[in-house]
Amino acid sequence: MSTLGQEFTKGLFKENPTFRLILGMCPTLAITTSAFFGFGMGISVLAVLLGSNIVISAVRNLIPDKVRMPAYILIIAAFVSMTDMLLNAFVPELHKALGIFIPLIVVNCIIMGRAEAFARKNNVIRSILDALGMGVGVTMSLTLVGIIREIFGAGSIFGYNIMGTAFEPMGVLASPPGAFITLGILLGFFNYAFKRLGIE
Amino acid sequence: MYLLAMIFVAILSNNIVLSQFLGICPYLGTTKRIETSVGMGLAVIFVMVMSAIVTWVIDLFLLQPFSLEYLRTIVFILVIAGLVQFVEMVLKKTNPALFQALGIYLPLITTNCTILGVALLNVQSEHNIIETVVYSLATGIGFTLAMVIMAGIRERLELANMSNYLKGAAVTLVSAGILSLAFMGFKGMVTL
Repeated sequence: MSTLGQEFTKGLFKENPTFRLILGMCPTLAITTSAFFGFGMGISVLAVLLGSNIVISAVRNLIPDKVRMPAYILIIAAFVSMTDMLLNAFVPELHKALGIFIPLIVVNCIIMGRAEAFARKNNVIRSILDALGMGVGVTMSLTLVGIIREIFGAGSIFGYNIMGTAFEPMGVLASPPGAFITLGILLGFFNYAFKRLGIE
Repeated sequence: MYLLAMIFVAILSNNIVLSQFLGICPYLGTTKRIETSVGMGLAVIFVMVMSAIVTWVIDLFLLQPFSLEYLRTIVFILVIAGLVQFVEMVLKKTNPALFQALGIYLPLITTNCTILGVALLNVQSEHNIIETVVYSLATGIGFTLAMVIMAGIRERLELANMSNYLKGAAVTLVSAGILSLAFMGFKGMVTL
């Protein structure tokens, strides 16, 4: 049984959902056109993951095994709907930019994956830490991809222009092909980095 | 004419995988061989058209009249999950051959952003029933097209000489990027 601290930190690097588990690719590619959007989506996923992990872990002994998939979907969908409405109320520009990908958090493999692999077998405290670790890991990776695409695609970070007026932005990085290529190269780089650092 | 334009846009210039970023997980997972890609693509077309029709009908007759649009996400995903389960059971009884062909992919498709994404896009763009069917069918065909092309590329890539760190998902993503760049050439040919 790993320590409580390890439950949290494994989601950051060793089992980072984006670069190690290769889950949740759709939002990673779609909304990382700017660092702010990447960060916003990461926080949304964190919120839903936290909520669903807590509830699923709390009621794990009450759900019959045959209906566990629809039950999980229902719980996750409820939290996604709440997050959707909260985002619409408090950060409407983020809500508009994330668009259809907020409801699609329901089918994000990270959330269902953690529910299936962890929350239904562990108590609430561990599930909270697991959700926090994975959520922060996702936020970090989404923000990283967002920062790279924003620097080269628009010359700014979080809206602050840092490249100056002489910089001609690489439009391709802000568009779909750029998303694929950036993520692919980053994935290859992290494969190498993790190997060198000795993380399995 | 409008329907033809919609078909063109859904398959080529606004391809669901290469432009809209939906369905990346199965895209990375099942494109290792051309046969698996074709199988997955056919299953997706099948489920996509059926779930689009069912969710559209439910939205029109149940959610909108009672102002329950905020329940869309929950209702749609439950409907899709139930529908796939039901289809699996019916297929097993009535057409075992087809079930054998599609069987393993059906559970994979349920929690797949393509199906839910297309269902939501249909009601958000306020398509009528004909447009819903055509759009879903065309989107499914576009998905299958993208998958088969990628499978062909990956089968060749397996024999290529490359760094160990780039094998697998990394090189697939970069190839998808180049493919996406190629498909961008279709933009502007047809404006909806």
